[in-house]
Amino acid sequence: MPSKNWQAYIAFVCVILGFLLVVQFRTQEYIGKITLPTRRLEDLTDMLRKTESERDLLEKEVVALRQQLARVVEGEHMLGTVRQELEKVKMAAGLTELKGPGVVVVLNDSRKQAQPGESPELFLVHDEDLLKTANELFAAGADAVAINGQRLVATSEVRCAGPTISVNNTRIGPPYTIVAIGDPVTLENALRMREGIIDTLRAWGIEVKITRMPEVIVPAYKGSIYFHYAKSVDKGGN
Amino acid sequence: MLPLYGLLFGVLIGLLTSLRLPVGYADYMAIGILAALDSVFGGLRAGLEGKFDGQIFLSGFFVNTLLAALLTYVGYKLGVDLLMGATVAFSIRLFTNVGIIRRYLVKRSSIQ
Repeated sequence: MPSKNWQAYIAFVCVILGFLLVVQFRTQEYIGKITLPTRRLEDLTDMLRKTESERDLLEKEVVALRQQLARVVEGEHMLGTVRQELEKVKMAAGLTELKGPGVVVVLNDSRKQAQPGESPELFLVHDEDLLKTANELFAAGADAVAINGQRLVATSEVRCAGPTISVNNTRIGPPYTIVAIGDPVTLENALRMREGIIDTLRAWGIEVKITRMPEVIVPAYKGSIYFHYAKSVDKGGN
Repeated sequence: MLPLYGLLFGVLIGLLTSLRLPVGYADYMAIGILAALDSVFGGLRAGLEGKFDGQIFLSGFFVNTLLAALLTYVGYKLGVDLLMGATVAFSIRLFTNVGIIRRYLVKRSSIQ
């Protein structure tokens, strides 16, 4: 049966239609905004792929470089430790020039004339005198000692060699200058001990001059270091 | 005139709500709109012919709209472009209805 108010029905549906149209227009507008042209899309896909592969390569490179860096840092660290150790060992071995507070001891032959019946040798400075002086200085805590520019090291000898004295296989003659690094007061007092080395030397008229210095320089050992026979004994596991 | 007011009213509501569908539903919405348009023109034609039935009109509107959306959905699932089929069917009916409405209006205006 035909309805009288058919227009109302249609109007009702038209309300829905209008609403839907607006929503659809808005949605399409949005789609247009977010959708890129196909060509551009392909370009972008290509670029993305390229960039991604590039990124992967770079990531691998980063990993490799990190490992390298770690190795280098580790090596550097070890090298630093070794260097410090080496520096210490060199100092101990007398291979470096050292400076610091200390004393300068000058020994010279006696000017006294030997009396008849006295041996003139008694009025000269002997290897023994130098050795004792050096020994005394070391005993008083000297860090480094040199005689006439010859650094005393572990293999140094102080030995009579005719009219001269041999130190580090080098001939030296009077006056003998002994330079020692250490506490100047302690060193001087050690030498000036009653009945000590100075007293003994002076008894023979040997000239002794001790000067305390705020800074003295002890030269490095100049000889070559060769161990012809000795070999180091490996310690345990290494 | 009433349908036109209804349309404007609907547009107003749409503008005021500023609602937007998710992109994936745009196709369903389009076919729904097409179904609604078809119903409206079909209703206008029936009204002009004096054969308008409110129940048939409303049921036709809802069933056609939902069926169109359902067909589109099934079409997507099957990989067949049923959306196009529905579009063609609705379009043909639209043109037919509009043609008949036009004739009625022309006749009426020529009578007056």
